[in-house]
Amino acid sequence: MATARFWRDNPSRYNLKAVRCGNCGKVFFPPRAVCSVCHRKSIGKMECMSLKGEGELISFSVVHDAPSQFEIHKPYVVAIVRMDEGVMLTSQLIDVDPKEVRIGMRVRTTLRKVGEDGPAGVIYYGYKFAPVRA
Amino acid sequence: MRDVAIIGIGSTKFGELWDMSFRDLGMQAGLSAVADAKLAAEDIDALYVGNMSAGRFIEQEHVAALIADYSGLARDHVPATRIEAAGASGGLAFREGYLAVASGMHDIVVVGGAEKMTDVADVMATEIQSSAADQQWEVVFGATLASLFAMIARRHMHEFGTTREQIAQVAVKNHRHGALNPIAQYQKEIDLATVLRAPPVAEPLGVFDCAPLSDGAAAVVLCAMDRARSYTSKPVRIAASAQASDTLALHSRTQITTFNATKVAAEKAFRQADRTPEQVQLAEVHDNFTIAEILAIEDLGLFPKGQGGRATMDGETALGGKVAVNTSGGLKARGFPFGATGVAQLVELVQQLRGEAGKRQVPDASLALAQNAGGTGATVVVSLLEVA
Repeated sequence: MATARFWRDNPSRYNLKAVRCGNCGKVFFPPRAVCSVCHRKSIGKMECMSLKGEGELISFSVVHDAPSQFEIHKPYVVAIVRMDEGVMLTSQLIDVDPKEVRIGMRVRTTLRKVGEDGPAGVIYYGYKFAPVRA
Repeated sequence: MRDVAIIGIGSTKFGELWDMSFRDLGMQAGLSAVADAKLAAEDIDALYVGNMSAGRFIEQEHVAALIADYSGLARDHVPATRIEAAGASGGLAFREGYLAVASGMHDIVVVGGAEKMTDVADVMATEIQSSAADQQWEVVFGATLASLFAMIARRHMHEFGTTREQIAQVAVKNHRHGALNPIAQYQKEIDLATVLRAPPVAEPLGVFDCAPLSDGAAAVVLCAMDRARSYTSKPVRIAASAQASDTLALHSRTQITTFNATKVAAEKAFRQADRTPEQVQLAEVHDNFTIAEILAIEDLGLFPKGQGGRATMDGETALGGKVAVNTSGGLKARGFPFGATGVAQLVELVQQLRGEAGKRQVPDASLALAQNAGGTGATVVVSLLEVA
C-alpha cells in the first residue's frame, strides 16, 4: 500500500479519531462529513472526538488462510468490537489464546504494528484489540 | 417502463479452464446466448458485461470493448459497457441491460458476465476477493472476506442457535445439486463429515464452506416483450429487478446477521412484481460462503429470521423441498467466477422456467428469484423471473 494512502488516516489509526453528529449524536469511525441519519442537517455539525478504546466483542474468527502480508502471523484472530460509544471496529485480537476468546468479552485497543511495505519499506502502525484483564 | 423478456441464454463450463482465456470465455458465452436467441449481429443494440477485477486477474481493463470485439461486433460498433460491483457485477450488469430495454432506449441487449481467475496464484485470487471489503478499515488489519463471513456465521450461531452442522449442510445440499449440473465445477456429492473435518479457512468456516476460485462466463439476451415471440416460443418475463446498497464495511452497520440490502432489494422486487416470497418456487442465491445462503434465504423472506439453518437441515431448500435453492449447485458447486455469477444464476433460472433443467428440474416452475451480492452485502441485486 502506498505510504500516503496509509498515513492520511493516521489520526484515526493512532488515536481513534471519530466524529459525532451534532444533530442526532450518532458516532462515526473513521470520520465522515455527513451523518447517515440526518443527511444535510448534519453538514458542518460533525464534531471531532476520540473513542476511549474500550468495547465488547461482537464476533471473531481465527484466520488460517491469510493474505501474503499476514502469512507469518497465522493463525491469528480477527474481531468485530462494539466500542462503548456505539460504533463498531474490525481488527486483530492479540495477547489471548484463541480458545479463550468469547463473544461478549471486554477488550481495549492497543497501538501495534499492523503491516509493512515489504522487508525494507515503511512500517504501518494502528490499533489492535487485547482483552481487558481485571 | 415496458415489459422485458429473456430470449436467449449461454454459458461456458465453470471450473479451472486453463486452456481458455478471458476473451475466449466471454466470446463463447455470448455467442451461445446469441445462437440460442437466433439473433443476427445487427439485431444487437448494446452489450453489458459484468466483471469484477480483470485489471488484477489478467492486467486487462477495458474488457467490454474486448468482448464485443472477439464476439464479432467491432464493425457494428455496438455500445459495450462494463459494470463492476464485486461479486454482484453480473447481476448489476443484467439490471442495467434490463433498464435499457425497459426504458425503450434499446430493443435487444446482450448481458454477459465473465471472470478469469486461475491465471493468478490462489493467494492472489483471495486477496482480490477481499478487495470487495473495505481495504482501509477491514482488510488492512488482516480481515479477509472469508473471515468476515466467518464472523457473521459465529454471531448467527450465537444469536439464533444456528449449528455448525446446519451451516455445513448448505455445502452438502449444493454439491448434491451440482452433481446434476453438467456445467458445474464440482459434480460430486459430499457428506456432512467431509465439510466438518475440512481444513479451516477462517474458523468456524473451512474449505468446503467457501465457493471455489473459478473461470467462467455466462450470457443472456434481453428483448422487449412485444418482440420476444418472434425469436423464441418460450420467453421468460423479467417480473422485477431491484438493487440496494449498504455500508462497505460490515462493522459500520448496527448488526451483522442480516444483510439489509438483501431485505430492501427483495421488498422492492416483490412490490414491483406484485408477488410474495411464499410464491417463489426456486431461487439462486449468493452462497459465496455457506453462511451467506442462510442469511439470503432469511433476508429474502423465504424463511423466518433465524430459521435458515434449521430449514436447510430439514431439506426445505433442497430439490423437492418447499423452495429449491441453488438448483445449479450455487456458487459453491457450480463455481464462482466473480463477474459471471449473477448472470449464471439467471441462465439456471431460465432453464428451469423453460422446463429444460434435466435432472435438476423443479416441476411446474413458474416463478423464480435470483439474489446476487457483492462483498459483505454492500451491493445486492434481486430479480424475479416468471414464465411469460
